[in-house]
Amino acid sequence: MVQGYRFTLNGAAVELKVPGMRRLLDALREDLGLTGTKEGCGEGECGACSVLVDGAVVDACLVPVCQVDGSDVRTVEGMADSATGALSPLQQSFLDLGGAQCGICTPGMLMAARAYLDQGGEPTDEGIREAIAGNLCRCTGYTKIIEAIAATADGPAGG
Amino acid sequence: MPVESPVITPLTLPEAYGLLGDETYRPIAGGTDLMVQITGELGEPPERIIDLWRLDELRGIRIEDGALLVGALCTYTEIRRSALVGEWLPALAEAAATIGAAQIQNRGTLGGNIANASPAGDTLPVLLAADASITLGSARGEREVAAVDFWTAYRETARAPDELVLRVRFPLESRRTIRFRKVGTRRAQAISKVVMALAYREDGGVWRDVRVALGSVAATPVRVAQTEGVLEGAAPRQTVADHAAATITREIAPIDDVRSTADYRRSVSGRILHRILREEGGW
Repeated sequence: MVQGYRFTLNGAAVELKVPGMRRLLDALREDLGLTGTKEGCGEGECGACSVLVDGAVVDACLVPVCQVDGSDVRTVEGMADSATGALSPLQQSFLDLGGAQCGICTPGMLMAARAYLDQGGEPTDEGIREAIAGNLCRCTGYTKIIEAIAATADGPAGG
Repeated sequence: MPVESPVITPLTLPEAYGLLGDETYRPIAGGTDLMVQITGELGEPPERIIDLWRLDELRGIRIEDGALLVGALCTYTEIRRSALVGEWLPALAEAAATIGAAQIQNRGTLGGNIANASPAGDTLPVLLAADASITLGSARGEREVAAVDFWTAYRETARAPDELVLRVRFPLESRRTIRFRKVGTRRAQAISKVVMALAYREDGGVWRDVRVALGSVAATPVRVAQTEGVLEGAAPRQTVADHAAATITREIAPIDDVRSTADYRRSVSGRILHRILREEGGW
């Protein structure tokens, strides 16, 4: 059953005519061509598909499109400056401090960190660990990811 | 690819009740359980889905008639952040904080935890310990079911197919202390091996109105009457803790499964109870 759904995606209005139970993850990757959001487990365990819906981090594999009708959706593609292509301070910090290895978890890590920083999260080890507890990384020991997030929280420009 | 079952999104409760008269509809709230089922890997996906997300009547946390009322669509994040929950029922916020991580807590709802009826549902022992009741609604009207009567068998509840979980009512008259403890493989993203809530009211150095409730140790969340009997009217001393821990270890009959073993669950239930009593007794 195809219906029309409207929401903003990285600041731009989009309208999709798809089944309402389509996973937001599939709508982003297949219908809208934004493949920055990754599918890891597909069951809400790994956080690779993390995106922001109305500022809250969610697993895009667990959210049907019908539930984002009218919402503000943000993905990793919306992080860098759309005019200049300059990375956001958070992305630059991951790059500078080695907060990525294979890269599959990175978009989700960035979105979970983004939500934490936007909500005024402190650059504490405990706070950051809880903020990314739903994001699994199988390469790193998380240390450099945590350092990259902490450095952004500390920085004058914020996230 | 996941099965994209047809979905209808009602905007009002009467509209939702009308749809639920047709029993082929499965409700979806925050989706953290149901969206895993649409892959078809865990059995048949739902034939038709009714999306509850726009039913704002099911949101909100308030105090009314001496009770804390928590709407079925309240997310774990909303529960964690609620000043009312923090003041009147901090154990519920503690339980919410142990579920999944931010991504799950931002979508998963109290009503979903109740209706999904997993024996490992982490908020459910808190409902049992707090003598909560669950308000169900349908075109036939509303009714209240005590939490202790709600989970009737493995994954089965007192909810009829045409009913929705509307809200949970936590009575506040006795203002009992409630302690919560979950044991899982890690602090986040873990389904519990054992989860416990214990409630009591102190009365002249002894405990009254004691409730001990557990998850993941039976086919449903359960209260343990023999263990409650040991603690009722007793003081939280070491001899009492020893007796209560030994009792709960015998009283529960958990199973071996992928997450843990029956022996471990029995043993750790006794240890958790013992530790809560030690902490409350200050010895």
